[in-house]
Amino acid sequence: MAEKQSTRVAYGEALAELGAKDARVLVADADLAHATMTVDFATKFPDRFYNFGIAEANMMCASSGLAHCGYTVFASTFALFGAGRAYEQIRNAICYTGANVKLGLSHAGPSAGEDGGSHQAVEDIALMRVLPGMKVLVPCDAIEMKKAVFAAAEIDGPAFIRTGRLPTDICTEASTPFEIGKAVVLREGADVAIIACGIMVAQALYAAAALEAQGISAAVVNMHTIKPLDEACVLEMARRCGAIVTAEEHSVIGGLGGAVAETLAGNACVPFERVGIQDRFGQSGKPQDLFREYGLTAEAVQAACRHVIDRKSAAPAQG
Amino acid sequence: MTQIQENKARQIRADILRMLFACQSGHPGGSLSSVEILLALYDNVLRYDPQNRDWPERDRLVLSKGHGCPTLYAVLADKGFFPREKLWTLRQLGSILQGHPDMRKTPGVDASTGSLGQGLSISLGYALAGKRPEHHFRVFCIVGDGELQEGLIWEAAMAASHYRLHNLTVILDYNGLQIDGANEQVMSLGDISEKFRAFGWETLTADGHDVDAITAALNAPVGEKPRFVLCPTVKGKGVSFMENACCWHGRPMTQEQYDDAMREMGC
Repeated sequence: MAEKQSTRVAYGEALAELGAKDARVLVADADLAHATMTVDFATKFPDRFYNFGIAEANMMCASSGLAHCGYTVFASTFALFGAGRAYEQIRNAICYTGANVKLGLSHAGPSAGEDGGSHQAVEDIALMRVLPGMKVLVPCDAIEMKKAVFAAAEIDGPAFIRTGRLPTDICTEASTPFEIGKAVVLREGADVAIIACGIMVAQALYAAAALEAQGISAAVVNMHTIKPLDEACVLEMARRCGAIVTAEEHSVIGGLGGAVAETLAGNACVPFERVGIQDRFGQSGKPQDLFREYGLTAEAVQAACRHVIDRKSAAPAQG
Repeated sequence: MTQIQENKARQIRADILRMLFACQSGHPGGSLSSVEILLALYDNVLRYDPQNRDWPERDRLVLSKGHGCPTLYAVLADKGFFPREKLWTLRQLGSILQGHPDMRKTPGVDASTGSLGQGLSISLGYALAGKRPEHHFRVFCIVGDGELQEGLIWEAAMAASHYRLHNLTVILDYNGLQIDGANEQVMSLGDISEKFRAFGWETLTADGHDVDAITAALNAPVGEKPRFVLCPTVKGKGVSFMENACCWHGRPMTQEQYDDAMREMGC
């Protein structure tokens, strides 16, 4: 894998590229331009950048107003203060009106590190996923992040793009296809399918490589779009592999694991496990220590894979 | 107020009562208090074209106190945005007229409001757009007194002054009552104009039931600052048993009450 990069940096670079191509693109921030990385756009296009100060709720409603005048607005802050603090503004001013606002929300998950649990969103995907009309994108690396920004700009209506602070592994290539709502099978396998998003895609790939050495064939699916979920892919992987593991840097409640569970329930009876944060808040620490503490590692993914495979052989799956 | 203005205001009030009686729900008090404010806007101030509703350079009107939407609907119907018969479908399943304004369903409605405090912040976004080089329009936002208790209002007030949004005007329908009682009992507003001045706004006052006075305040030459116009009003204005009565914030009328109210409208 290539050198590590953070998805927030890629987000900032993509906005600046997009701004050069499309004069209708505006960017909003709430005093975090140097953290969300909208600062690049702000420097290049100061007349199309709006800093709303530390007032996220106001930023969301004002972005709706701007968007309804024909602009594509990218509004950025930390995931917690966007999806959490300004939830009802996102719901009523943006989603309810179908405003063309893209939420680029950063510092999601324990990878935000030392700032601690008050700043690490572990529930943002769940909150955004239940909003009618909201698309939810969790790119797995810096390369995919740029594609996600451009793809989100192409569609009319709200979208949430989850970005991270930590430089992380690159697991896709410039030529890897990206289409909103279309999962990418990064690795074929027969015994278990790992469906992952965000930084856990890399851990899934590491886990699959380690499992291969143990004689287990694990598929890896990059589910970069949590909503609309590629349900056909989920069911196809269940049919092909007979066991599913999800992996996400988010609560196991309501995020990717929850979405996949909703799809499997009633459609496919296969052993299933969710790797993610087990209904806990985050805390301060170095990201790598936090990943171990919260079970967000390739080892945790491997263990989950072995569990579901054991259950499969104990009780053969019914179709 | 001329006789023509008074007749028009009475007709709008009668429409409001008929709409609210038909659906047996909704908010009569705060609808009746903003009749003259909306007539001033649509008769004398706003630039708009009912035949070209999406005209990018139209002035925007945001009813932040969205529960008062029957008044907006009655005025929009009167101005030809949609057939008047639609008014009697208010709050019914499938109606273009929702219980709170919905810009995706109602022709002429510029913002979906009802979640109090959001309308001013949405107006801020419109005003930022209206000041961009490619645009030139004004934005008017009607707020209720109770919703000034929302923190979001003050986030928007600070930003409007920071961005020198002289194209933004807030109109306060100051009837002094909210659901649980008088503002002063529930959560005092204090000297509300002084608060807006402290946030960098120009402030004016106009009788909220005098179309000419409201018009003069809204059409006064625009300066450097956003404008706040305090309009003292009477909640339930025009229907004697509803005036200044907190209980008529949101209560359905009986047949007898409706007949009495319509008689007062000369119907």
